[in-house]
Amino acid sequence: MDDTLAGWLQVIALVVALALSFRPLGDYMARALTGERHWRAERLIYRAGGVNGDVDQRWSVYLRSALAFAAVSVLFLYGFLRLQSHFPLSLGMKPVSADLSFNTAASFVTNTNWQAYSGESAMGYLVQMAGLAVQNFVSAAVGIAVVAALIRGFTRKQTDRVGNFWVDVTRIVLRVLLPMSVVFAIVLVAAGVMQNFHGAYDIATIAGGHQTLTGGPVASQEAIKELGTNGGGFYNANSAHPFENPSALTNLIEIYLLLVISFSLPRTFGAMVGDHRQGYAIVAVMAVIWTASVAIVTANELHSVSSTVGHTAGAMAEGKETRFGIWASALFAVSTTLTSCGAVNSAHDSYTPGGGGMTIFDMMLGEIAPGGTGSGLYGILILAVVAVFVAGLMVGRTPEYLGKKLRGREMKFASLYILTTPALVLVGAGLAMAFPGERAAMLNSGAHGFSEVLYALTSVANNNGSAFAGLSANTVWYNTVLGVIMILGRFLPMVFVLALAGSLAGQRPVPVTAGTLPTHRPQFVGLLTGVILIVVGLTYFPALALGPLAEGLH
Amino acid sequence: MAPPVLPAVLRHHLAALRMLLVFTVVTGVAYPLLVTAIAQTGFSHQANGSPLATNGEAVASSLIGQNFTLPKKNPDDPNEVPRPDPAWFQPRPSAGGYDPTNSGASNLGPNSTKLIADIRARRAAVAAFDGVSPASVPADAVTASGSGLDPAISPAYAYEQVDRVAKARHLAPAQVRSVVTQHVQGRELGFLGQPRVNVVELNHALTRLGHPSALRAGR
Amino acid sequence: MPTTAVSTPAPQGAGRQPQRVSGGLLDPKQLLRSLPDAFRKLDPRLMVRNPVMFVVEVGAVLTTLSAVRTPSVFAWVITAWLWLTSVFANLAEAVAEGRGKAQAETLRRTRTTVTARRLVGWRPGATDTVEEEVPGVDLRLGDQVVVEAGQVIPGDGDVVEGIASVDESAITGESAPVIRESGGDRSAVTGGTKVLSDRIVVKITSKPGETFIDRMIALVEGASRQKTPNEIALNILLASLTIIFLIAVVTLQPFAAFAGAEQPIVILVALVVALIPTTIGALLSAIGIAGMDRLVQRNVLAMSGHAVEAAGDVNTLLLDKTGTITLGNRQAAEFLPVHGVSVEELADAAQLSSIADETPEGRSIVVLAKQRYALRGRGTGELDRAEFVPFTAQSRMSGVDLDDSGEIRSLRKGAATAVMRWVRENGGHPTADVGQLVDGISASGGTPLVVGQVSRHGAVRTARVLGVIHLKDILKEGMRERFDELRRMGIRTVMITGDNPLTAYAIAQEAGVDDFLAEATPEDKMALIRREQEGGKLVAMTGDGTNDAPALAQADVGVAMNTGTSAAKEAGNMVDLDSNPTKLIEIVEIGKQLLITRGALTTFSIANDVAKYFAIIPAMFAGVYPGLDRLNIMRLHSPTSAIASAIVFNALIIIALIPLALRGVRYRPSSAAELLGRNIWMYGLGGLVLPFIGIKLLDLGIQFIPGLR
Repeated sequence: MDDTLAGWLQVIALVVALALSFRPLGDYMARALTGERHWRAERLIYRAGGVNGDVDQRWSVYLRSALAFAAVSVLFLYGFLRLQSHFPLSLGMKPVSADLSFNTAASFVTNTNWQAYSGESAMGYLVQMAGLAVQNFVSAAVGIAVVAALIRGFTRKQTDRVGNFWVDVTRIVLRVLLPMSVVFAIVLVAAGVMQNFHGAYDIATIAGGHQTLTGGPVASQEAIKELGTNGGGFYNANSAHPFENPSALTNLIEIYLLLVISFSLPRTFGAMVGDHRQGYAIVAVMAVIWTASVAIVTANELHSVSSTVGHTAGAMAEGKETRFGIWASALFAVSTTLTSCGAVNSAHDSYTPGGGGMTIFDMMLGEIAPGGTGSGLYGILILAVVAVFVAGLMVGRTPEYLGKKLRGREMKFASLYILTTPALVLVGAGLAMAFPGERAAMLNSGAHGFSEVLYALTSVANNNGSAFAGLSANTVWYNTVLGVIMILGRFLPMVFVLALAGSLAGQRPVPVTAGTLPTHRPQFVGLLTGVILIVVGLTYFPALALGPLAEGLH
Repeated sequence: MAPPVLPAVLRHHLAALRMLLVFTVVTGVAYPLLVTAIAQTGFSHQANGSPLATNGEAVASSLIGQNFTLPKKNPDDPNEVPRPDPAWFQPRPSAGGYDPTNSGASNLGPNSTKLIADIRARRAAVAAFDGVSPASVPADAVTASGSGLDPAISPAYAYEQVDRVAKARHLAPAQVRSVVTQHVQGRELGFLGQPRVNVVELNHALTRLGHPSALRAGR
Repeated sequence: MPTTAVSTPAPQGAGRQPQRVSGGLLDPKQLLRSLPDAFRKLDPRLMVRNPVMFVVEVGAVLTTLSAVRTPSVFAWVITAWLWLTSVFANLAEAVAEGRGKAQAETLRRTRTTVTARRLVGWRPGATDTVEEEVPGVDLRLGDQVVVEAGQVIPGDGDVVEGIASVDESAITGESAPVIRESGGDRSAVTGGTKVLSDRIVVKITSKPGETFIDRMIALVEGASRQKTPNEIALNILLASLTIIFLIAVVTLQPFAAFAGAEQPIVILVALVVALIPTTIGALLSAIGIAGMDRLVQRNVLAMSGHAVEAAGDVNTLLLDKTGTITLGNRQAAEFLPVHGVSVEELADAAQLSSIADETPEGRSIVVLAKQRYALRGRGTGELDRAEFVPFTAQSRMSGVDLDDSGEIRSLRKGAATAVMRWVRENGGHPTADVGQLVDGISASGGTPLVVGQVSRHGAVRTARVLGVIHLKDILKEGMRERFDELRRMGIRTVMITGDNPLTAYAIAQEAGVDDFLAEATPEDKMALIRREQEGGKLVAMTGDGTNDAPALAQADVGVAMNTGTSAAKEAGNMVDLDSNPTKLIEIVEIGKQLLITRGALTTFSIANDVAKYFAIIPAMFAGVYPGLDRLNIMRLHSPTSAIASAIVFNALIIIALIPLALRGVRYRPSSAAELLGRNIWMYGLGGLVLPFIGIKLLDLGIQFIPGLR
């Protein structure tokens, strides 16, 4: 079988698997988020946590709960990292420095999983499991909880209640993430991923040398790392590491896992708003962008002569694993940058300008195709609000989406949302480039060096977490600035989303007539795709021109 | 006694902390232990890192690449680059020297002059080492992997090395080639990934044809 | 509810093409006249209200400073065009306002000082009142004034005594005088209008300076203009886009410095101005003003821009049957004789009974008999010894008694029950088929008039029913198509009528409205509006009577007829000076057109940016990264000519689009999906492609200008 056919079959197999999961998983999540009954285990958790699971919260209380949870999580994780040497299973790892602890705590709480450290040499098992991986679960659940609140804003009538944060998070963890993680962790183990507590141990190698092999509870962390679109690798090499991702089969499973929740959430959305077609339209937009992006990156990487390195080596093999090859690497790269996952199975820094530039653009889209768990859906819904606003005017009515009018208040929150991330990316990158010392952290020079910085800021502001890893980001300046940007990039949009949810929930729905802009047709899919590409393209075009475009056009 | 009344902000954060601790117990302790228990019971080979053993002693993980180099002339010289041992099939270049405590890629860009120079140098060295024309050296032989631990090379690179290994081991090339052919792994499920040869497994199989250090000693 | 006798003026819009809401054309001279205003509006305190254009102005100041410090042709050209961009934006607004000002001027002339004859101690029927002369501006709420033929009414009020014909052309532009009388729904008079005949006493209902004309002047001048909700929402979006582009350009400098291509301030400002949505930013307020203005041109006064916007959102239209769906009067359509009577005999009897009937119905009977059965209409004088019996509310019938050489022949036509009772009282027995005919007509939505005859020959009396006249509501032409159109736009039409449900149903079927409210009382109307609004719908209605006032106030768009009472006019948020209820549909279309224009120009404005990037980015950076010259797909001549072309295009497109902003984009009623498709192609794709062509053409000229080469 030749490469092209095998590559296509791999993409098709992935799409089929996702398509088969769409309905059952989407409907299941909708039931989890709307069901009246609590599980007994959930009641136990509410009692242990001291929260009331039986009352709905106003948007402001919902937000306060989410922010309090995040604040406590950052502090807890920071303390954990600073004090890890005092805990068992620390493998003798030293306490993590203050700035790196802050950066790492912010990174995992914000579902970014930017890693300025190298897992095998900095983190003991306990902090990986009970510190970092816990956030892999709950940060993913928080994203889904927030989008659930937004959807309730669309569906509820004249109320100030958008749901209960603790109930949403608990149910997502207990009913969705945990069971799926257990199943897929076992599947990954069966396919070769390790799961032990061996620590590091020396062996005499075949050729008579020495090698230090590492152990660790990798599979359990790998499953939730992908499933919750977290992306924080157990090891520095992340999913390129053979212990995290030993074969092309585990590779496909991991890609499936990092996409499956975000691609199924539109079904949840359709089910909750009572019109599946709305969900199909949203998932169609995601699929169009994802497919185009896969095509672009794969084509660029296959067309090795477009870069001098590719030309010299004969193929874009630098930074890619032999067992994956170009197709499986490109598929992973696109999926991870379009989902805010940020796990990597190859070195994006060594991609062609076109391929690597596309991964930056993927993140710039705002992590919406399909985006992070929950955050992807609320991101694309906000963009849908903007698209509906402009298009709604063009049909001669005060724009309305899903029966809710988009007036000054709604547009204020939507506008602030779309303003936040670009502002963080560009101001952050501007600052980094304005200080000569920070530029020095680049591994590569010229336009590609700038791309490294642009990638880093785009990645953290969009809570992706992957990197053009040449940048030496473990400096006090980068750790602090990137940490702050991750927090702002995660929680400012969340504030606006929940405020919008509150504003929508308070409205009386408008009936749908022939004069209403239909938001379930191919026309709207095209419109939304166009709006996303144009708005993002216009925002970042100058920056991209000086990075990947300058690199690629020569 | 009336319970102490806490300010609302504090109450919120206290509830958040309690919830976090609950989740830590459930997802941070119970979950990995459960998975470990199942994994160790059901899939102990994989769960323990797919070890390869010689005489009952683990000599490798079949997933992690190794160096197959000659001993340094001066073991104390940190600047000395170990030379490849012609008796072994050579893996790809590695950014971290096949050290599992230092995984990672070169991260050099697509137009990096340093990387281009590296590739040219590797191409020349590999061509000379294997006795082939530089143009025929495959891309994986001159580029580093993403993990720095890639255990696999392309079949083309493996076959390229057959004559050299056979010569170093005083074996018939056909015999070595047949070992390589046995170790060519096709795509998984027929369409996933790339055909490849696991160098660690291949070299491990070679040991059964006689250990190179013995050969070297006799040379 | 009375269904007759409310005569409505001929619809003004009848001559206009109903498909298309047209606007006035832009007079080039108007541009010149508005120029001073445009410069006056450069005052930063005014500009700051429009964030997009304020950024342009600040940019212009920056480039001016930069050009003064390091002068070059390029810097000065860019500076000049940035200022022009600001001026053009102001010009758009000034032109839109200028049109209103011209109208206000005409109105103001009517407000010239009037002397009022105030009556002291007037009460109904009093003759002993004292009259004093005061200036019109001194009149207070509740004062009574007397106005006689030839005098101007000094203020808004209600007629409390007398009847007069009034010339209201000053506000309606309609030269035919209208009748105003005390009591009822035609009692409101407007200050500044002129009494042509008779004498009336008017009770003043407005405070000085707050009269209808004052409000009109303020409205058309845009003095009290406030941003509408949708305008505010759009402004927020535009402001955030502006901030995004500002950030994109400001942060570009360190990136550029790293690449070794630090940019002069002039170029950075040029890039900002090219990117921020100046086109829509410049035209946004003009679009709003022009929308109001288009209503004014149709003789509709909207009390707020909000009302115009709400009109575009309307889901349900409540339309009065009479005057809106049907012509004001019913007409005889058919004579249906009972068994044994010939149709000619019935026609003759019907005609005879109607000769003296001056109501439109009566006349239509005479005409029908004449046209269909060649029965000459006889004048009242021709029939000697004929005694005409007029219609009374008690008898509910009218007719004639003819003395035909001893035989007295009485003919009556009227309501079925009344005429049948009359026949029975005179010893006749109406046959069963009368009932069938009557029911048949009622069921088809018509009004049956039964014709009865009683002959007295000495003591012998024969009484019988001759047959039934079918009176029919005549639908206005084209209404059915209009309602179909509205349905496609997603608007439900509800017919309001005082008729019984059966009749109402038939007319509703024939007219093609979606629903009807029969035997409607003001309370029913109110309840209907509330019900619709409960479901989240927006309701529009017209009304004129005082009892319509609560419903007009409740409706989201309440259009009061100018002929109506002042209470109705106060309650509604629009006044139709032509008092043409059909205009409600046009108002909805204008509301939609206003929103579409905003959306279309926003789309256009944003789509324009793509071409500008392709002009400016290679111009900025092809020096350090020659590969970026491949982005110069327009093959513009040089960096300076490329940037200048983009900026000039950016300014000129504003001027070019002023007429569109004032006129509104073409609007054809159709479904949302069709509309969107059309507008996206036109303004989205057009906005993408047009600047590529425009900038290239400008560059072809600019490249020959020394200093810009």
